[in-house]
Amino acid sequence: MYVAVKGGEAAIGATHGLIAQERRGDAATPELQTRQIREQMKLAIARVMNEGSLYDEDLAALALKQSQGDSVEAAFLMRAYRTTLPRFGSSLPVDTAAMAIRRRISATFKDLPGGQVLGPTYDYTHRLFDFALEEGSAHAPPQMAQEPLAATMPRVPDILGDEGLLETEVAPAGDPAPVDITRDPAEFPADRDVRLQMLSRGDEGFLLGLAYSVQRGFGGNHPFAGEIRMGEVSVLYTPEELGFEIDIGDITLTECQMINQFTGSQEAPPQFTRGYGFAFGHSERKAMSMAIVDRALKGRDLGEGANFPAQQEEFVLYHCDMIEASGFVEHLKLPHYVDFQGELELVRKIRQEQAERKQRAAAEQAS
Amino acid sequence: MTEAQTISGADPHYNYGYLDEQTKRMVRRALLKAVAIPGYQVPFGSREMPLARGWGTGGIQITAALIGPSDCLKVIDQGADDTTNAVSIRNFFARVTGGRTTQKTAEATIIQTRHRIPEKPLRADQILVYQVPQPEPLRKLEPSEVETRNMHAWEEYGLMQVRLYEDIARFGHVATTYAYPVMVNERYIASPTPIPKFDNPKMDMMPALQLFGAGREKRVYAIPPFTRVRSLDFEDHPFTVQSWDKPCELCGSRLSYLDEVIVDDHGARIFVCSDTDYCEERRQDGEGA
Repeated sequence: MYVAVKGGEAAIGATHGLIAQERRGDAATPELQTRQIREQMKLAIARVMNEGSLYDEDLAALALKQSQGDSVEAAFLMRAYRTTLPRFGSSLPVDTAAMAIRRRISATFKDLPGGQVLGPTYDYTHRLFDFALEEGSAHAPPQMAQEPLAATMPRVPDILGDEGLLETEVAPAGDPAPVDITRDPAEFPADRDVRLQMLSRGDEGFLLGLAYSVQRGFGGNHPFAGEIRMGEVSVLYTPEELGFEIDIGDITLTECQMINQFTGSQEAPPQFTRGYGFAFGHSERKAMSMAIVDRALKGRDLGEGANFPAQQEEFVLYHCDMIEASGFVEHLKLPHYVDFQGELELVRKIRQEQAERKQRAAAEQAS
Repeated sequence: MTEAQTISGADPHYNYGYLDEQTKRMVRRALLKAVAIPGYQVPFGSREMPLARGWGTGGIQITAALIGPSDCLKVIDQGADDTTNAVSIRNFFARVTGGRTTQKTAEATIIQTRHRIPEKPLRADQILVYQVPQPEPLRKLEPSEVETRNMHAWEEYGLMQVRLYEDIARFGHVATTYAYPVMVNERYIASPTPIPKFDNPKMDMMPALQLFGAGREKRVYAIPPFTRVRSLDFEDHPFTVQSWDKPCELCGSRLSYLDEVIVDDHGARIFVCSDTDYCEERRQDGEGA
């Protein structure tokens, strides 16, 4: 006799125990400390903070530990936690021109005011295993420049902008406060504030693939890396009760401005247009991809049409969020037997009716 | 608000019901609008919840915004209280409210559901909260949100009728067995969520308030009590629901939705009620085998 499947409650309790064991791995190996993750897995931390939409390196480290290094799962933990945090205000816009630069490169000019600053990058490493790292890394201290960097480094688009060659970016009339997509649902067609917010929390891999598609001809705007800069900026906040701004700390940011050719239209002379990318931590791949996709999505305003995936706003913005995507794809693991039963019944019925029709037809032919 | 926070048994690290009071108010405002315009999809500031998108975050936010110390919560998935996700959601609310939960339909004041409506008729003092994966009934016909909102605004529903007609032309039936589209209050086409079409008639003139939450898609909608809900059909092809040749193996019911269970390696199968509470109650009352 069939006994109804019971025991969901006990199974859930047991799986929590199992996952804890899996997470810990071999007990003979020392347990990973979140401090180690924070200090030695910085790029993973940055990704989790970006896709988790929360700048907190300690929590990101904990999220990575708790999720066994699964960045989507870790970002999900960040998102669920940020839901519970009260929103007490907004900072002033961060000024990336005043960034304490650690890296700043432009691919459009050989040299420029402030100079090219290579900073830390894997770009020119050979991708060969450094087996010495297996044993621990006694690295020689990096060589530091004699002179400090220039205190101000103008952003490359600001230099080009003076000539009128580059599309100017002006705030909408009245400079309204941007929509907050974590408080209000995005509406389509989406304005740029919504678009940039959604892209900045979007999945790096998804945006990278889209950006790549644009470069390969599924979009057709050849981008130049006008500037990529990375470093620390101050976050300023004006508490209502004080009435003046205070510095509440520094955050690490990566900013990318892509410059794209635009052939012009009936009204507009040819000029360069731009795409903007912005990410927490050192996240160049993300910032570059975001900038290319941002530019592709400007197509609507520039009358370019939307023939390719990267130009289709609802396609890009609805599907770049990995927390939503992974949740929905993985919900297929939940039982669906009630609906499947409906389908079974329908398929059986249609097959039966078809067979009966064939039988009838055969009988009619025979008679 | 502070009184709610001190409810005994609730996890003290989180606000009562997990969401902060401002967020609950935002959800309630959206729900009020939804009730005022039956079947209309109201955008709301859906929050990220500690359960995954697609696993009931819309329903969870509605329940979190509604639940109070006097409530008694029932959570079902596929009609059953003991399916893992139903257990998980029920445990979540037990943790963040310290409140009462039940598996009995009659005892519940709020019933959160995925894919079923309980067999036992609901009362006016109950609220049925549906988890909604895709609130837009037109989405499979038109992928763009901008377009589908226009179609609803203009009541431009010809496309849906054409789809149903094409099914009949090809298969002799409307080949939709779940998430079968309904017309709410003769104005908006709405998705009943992936409940089997067997449950559609229960939505019509239901005394209980029906609320629908789509967390990922950031929409809520509602069917107020005693609202006309009509499953789309044609005069010569009227809407019908599933029926089974056999009764429930356990309780003998011929009126309930049945799940097919394979019982041996040769594909032998039996049919049992999908609504576990209904089935159990009938067996306790001495029905069935």
